[in-house]
This record gives sequence, C-alpha cells and structure tokens, in this order.
Amino acid sequence: MRPFSPVKSIVTPLDKVNVDTDQIVPKQFLKLVQKSGFGKFLFYNWRYDKDENKKDDFVLNDPKFDGSNILVTGDNFGCGSSREHAVWALQDYGFAVIIAPSFADIFFSNCIKNGILPISLEPPVVKRLQSETGPIKVDLENQNVITPLETIPFEIDPHKKRTLLEGLDDISQTLQFEEDISEFERNSTVPSVL
Amino acid sequence: MGKTLFEKVWDSHTVVAKPTGPSLIYVDRHLIHEVTSPQAFDGLRMNHRMVRRPDLTIATVDHNVPTNNRSLPILDQTSAVQVQTLEKNCRDFGIRLFDINSPNQGIVHVIGPQLGITLPGTTIVCGDSHTSTHGAFGALALGIGTSEVEHVLASQTLWLEKPKPFEIRIEGKRRDPCAVTAKDIVLSIIKNIGTGGGTGTVVEYRGQGITDLSMEQRMTICNMSIEAGARAGLIAPDEKTFDYLRDRQYTPKNYDLLVESWKEHLKSDNDSKFEKQFTLHIGDIAPQVSWGTSPEMTCDVTDSVPSPDDFAKGDDNQKKGAQKALDYMDLKPGTPITDIRIDRVFIGSCTNARLEDLIEASRVVKGQKISPNVRAMVVPGSQMVKQQAEEMGLDKIFTDARFEWRESGCSMCLGMNPDILAPGERCASTSNRNFEGRQGTGGRTHLVSPVMAAAAAIEGHFVDVRDWI
Repeated sequence: MRPFSPVKSIVTPLDKVNVDTDQIVPKQFLKLVQKSGFGKFLFYNWRYDKDENKKDDFVLNDPKFDGSNILVTGDNFGCGSSREHAVWALQDYGFAVIIAPSFADIFFSNCIKNGILPISLEPPVVKRLQSETGPIKVDLENQNVITPLETIPFEIDPHKKRTLLEGLDDISQTLQFEEDISEFERNSTVPSVL
Repeated sequence: MGKTLFEKVWDSHTVVAKPTGPSLIYVDRHLIHEVTSPQAFDGLRMNHRMVRRPDLTIATVDHNVPTNNRSLPILDQTSAVQVQTLEKNCRDFGIRLFDINSPNQGIVHVIGPQLGITLPGTTIVCGDSHTSTHGAFGALALGIGTSEVEHVLASQTLWLEKPKPFEIRIEGKRRDPCAVTAKDIVLSIIKNIGTGGGTGTVVEYRGQGITDLSMEQRMTICNMSIEAGARAGLIAPDEKTFDYLRDRQYTPKNYDLLVESWKEHLKSDNDSKFEKQFTLHIGDIAPQVSWGTSPEMTCDVTDSVPSPDDFAKGDDNQKKGAQKALDYMDLKPGTPITDIRIDRVFIGSCTNARLEDLIEASRVVKGQKISPNVRAMVVPGSQMVKQQAEEMGLDKIFTDARFEWRESGCSMCLGMNPDILAPGERCASTSNRNFEGRQGTGGRTHLVSPVMAAAAAIEGHFVDVRDWI
C-alpha cells in the first residue's frame, strides 16, 4: 500500500445520506477477479442512463469537479454490502479522502486497508465544506482539514493513522505475532471442521 | 462487573490486546465465496503466503450462480470465470469447496448452520455483510472486506476495534405469529432505530419475543443486524440452539461436552452493562412493508405511503432522501400500501429462504393461483433446503400456483445472476435490501416476509396477511 501523502484538491460535494455500496459500485461490476479498473463503474447508475450517456444532473459529470481527490458527503456513507470493490472504485477514480458526518463500519475499515482516509466531521462543518469552491488541504500528519478561512482538526485512531502514513502491510505486521497466534491455537477448544 | 455474551466471546478470542487501538482476534470459522475472495488469493500468491488453517475454511458458490438447470454451463462468462477462479483457489490452497454440483451447495449463511459448521461461542467471518446471520447461535459473526479475507486466510486472525454492546429487547407475544413473523420484528427494529442505529455496536437480541422464536426465525433477525448498521447481532444459545445443531454433518464429535460448557458460559451476566438499549413491544405489531430505498423506510401494511415531511420529522437530509426514494419507487404519499400493485415476487435470500420460510409461504399459496400479472419465484437457500422441501411436496404446492421453483443461490436478492428485475418492475421480496437498483437497474423492491410475499403474489398487490391466515 502506498503511504498517504497530503492532499490538496477541490472537493466533490455529494449531498446524500445513507449512500450504500450498491450505489457506489452496482453488482454487475463485482464479477471481476482483479482489483484494478473499477473507477469507471463508480456510481454507475447515477452517472449514466440506460444508454450509457452521462446524466447531466449528477455531480461527477460536472467538469467543474474533474480531478477532485476529496469527496464530501452525507451521514452513514458506505452502508450495506461489505464489497471492497466500492473502495477500489473510489480510489481508482481518484478519491484519496472522504469526508462525512459518519461512515458504515465495514466500509470505514475497507478504506483504511486501501489507503483512503475517511474523516468524520460534525454535520454543519461537512455542510460548509460541501460549498467550498476552491482547493482545500488535508494534512493527516497534523490531523487538519485546511480551507482558506479555517483549519478544522479531525480525530483518527493512532494505529490507523500510522497504517495510512507508512502504507503498512497489515499481514506482515500481524505475522510478527506468530508465537501468540500459535499459542492461542494450542489452547483453543474449538474443533476443526472435520 | 459481569460481562455481556459478546464481551465473553470477544475476550476468549483475543490473541493480542493493547491498551488502546485494535485487538488481534482469532477466527474459528472462515466462510468464503466466489465474489469477494479472488483478489484475496491473488494477494497471497503475490506475497508467497499460504492459507494458515484450511481446516477452518469452507467455500461455496452462491452469489452469481444461475438458479435454473444445473446441468447447463454458466452462460455469463464473467460469472463462469469467477466460479472457476474459486475452484482453482480452493484446489491450490487445500480448501474444502461445496461446488455448484454439491448437495451441500447453497447460500453461505444458510449452509453454515445447516451443516453444523456454525457453533455457539465461536468467531465466524465471511466476506459478506450478512454474516451476522450466524449470531443466532451465539457466535460473534462479522462481515468483512476482501483485504480482511486475505488477512484471515494468511493469519486466521483480524485486527478489530472493540464494538460497544447494544441490547435490543423484544418484549411481549405476537398476537398472530403465523402472519406477523421474525421479518416483521426486524423490519420494525430498523424502522425505529434507523439504518445507522447500530453503527459501532454488536447487538444482543433478548427477551421473550426472541426466546419464543425458532432457530430459523432467529437467523432472520440476526441476518438484518447489518441493515441497522451493527457490526454483528447475536442471541444467547438455549436448548433450541443445541437441538438444532445436534447430529448435523459437521457437528463436532464431542458435542455434548461442548453443550455443557456453552450452557455454563454463553450468556450475558446479570450485572453486565450494555452501552445502548432499545426495547420493542411486539404484542400489536403489524406485517411490515418497505416503501423506499433504505430498509428504515418501512411502515405497517395498514399504513399509507408517508410524505417526506412525515418521514423526516424535521431532518432536511432525511426529507430529501425520502423524496428521492419516492421518485425512484414511483409512489405518491397517501397511497395505501395495500393499493400498491406488484409485477414480481421473490421468495429467497439468506434472510428468508430456509425450510420454515418455505413452509409458511406454502400454507398461504396452497390451492391458489398467482395473479396473472405477476411472475413469482421461489429460490431455496440451499440444495438441502430444496431437497427437504421437495420431500414435503412444497415444490408441487408452489408450481401448482404457478411459482417458479429454482435451484439454490443468492439469486434476485442482489441480481448478480440472470434473476433480475427489468427497469420499472416492482417486486415483493423476502430479501434484505431495497436499495436503488439492487435487484436490477431501475427495479423497485419492497421488503416483506415470506407470507406477505406469497399473499401479494396471489392478489397482485399487497394485502394484510393477517386476514388470510
């Protein structure tokens, strides 16, 4: 995983609550066996009509937001299916930071595993950020979102912060606990599936 | 202070605990399927890693398999590749696979309990959010993403932040338990606490309304915990639990000994503390029907479609969401639910495709014919459910009524296989999600119980099934 570096970008405002992962990547695109190339399927049914023409009224189709790396959206973002394809699509499209009042648990965890930074902020702050027209900065090291008018601090668990900043491979970290895992297995009373 | 059931299972599976941050939790059972696993196996190969415990890992194909004739090849090439990829991965890494022709094939959350692989007090994970189903047996069962699937394959563990224990008490007795089902209870819970109501928590369902339920009904409740945003949902095991798992194909040999230990340990202590609490009284609840595009957008069958203002109760974002949902669903506020006509009926999914669900639905269907404007299908949750149902003659009851009787799989719950809604079609569905396009692009889903779906199939619109049975 690539280490997370500071982001400076305009924001893409997606003013919706309870955006589920079925909307982020519809199921017809879950059949691929690799992780790459999902960006073109991001919000597919909101971006394209049935003839695959772009829908004018969807924010991702507004050229104003081309090249944006920061998505600012509503409560409970990423609810529903555990599909990590949703995160692969957001990342492949170019989003490195997602800001919302709250996130669904599995989606949040999937973001961290892939190097996307999910930031939870109070609803009025999120509202303000959605109307930012110029670039804003996201500094994970100092835990700040910086706009021309304000510096907004955010919380993140220190373990997750380190994972993102160093681009750590979770599994090699875990395998350092090999002794502990083996000992746990020796003491476990749960039978194998025979 | 005592511990909750969840805390006991958590503590007994903690391999590494730190003063702050996540704990390393051991996984007793890892269930995998074709959709969320291929990239995980790729990761293992890239890093020259093995599967640590193939003996604790079970695979099946369920999400994208066709539910028509099993002797035919899978026509959709991308689906076929995904199924073949799982077969190859299981071969290469020594994992037991219930493939498309296995008598044990089925939706992963149906076969786990049915085969005795799901056990009380264990930790179970699967790259699927409805893994919460297994919590009905007192297991801590979590849906995970593909990176975590890879992590579990490699290490049999997961780093997890400890969720908070959330008590949901279900009190009272349903007046008409044949018509008001476990599905109506769980939809009522979600309607009340919202789709984010359980975020960051593990729910323990308690109270007489829960202990009265059969195991299959309890699975319906735990299955939809994720629809309330919860990390998992569980129920303390009791005699019904122990009886259900006895003498299954993979029930452990020392089962009675295990039961003794489970009886002693697997319950929340009287002095344990839940950080959140919600109580639902079910004496008077009605059959539920979802009207929108989120499971919380649900009302009684006797209600009318609410206006965005009535639904939102002053919350602007919720109001916008409700308006958008009504537009998508092509519904007008004030329309009685029983006036909503349907085109399709789907009885299936990991929520409601077990034998009891099919038995209940068949009682409504028996001797009737479905409305000429409706296409209806029954997709049993597993090959075993299908076979048991056929032995009871249920297939005949459904096909006589002109239902289609299919092979097992996830099918139209998420429409990854050919079973999908056409744009604009409206479906009474026993599945778990009414998201936009979930059952097919432009399709409109109303979540209901199996008996409500069966009655709607016959009448061509929603009816209050309490008047029927």
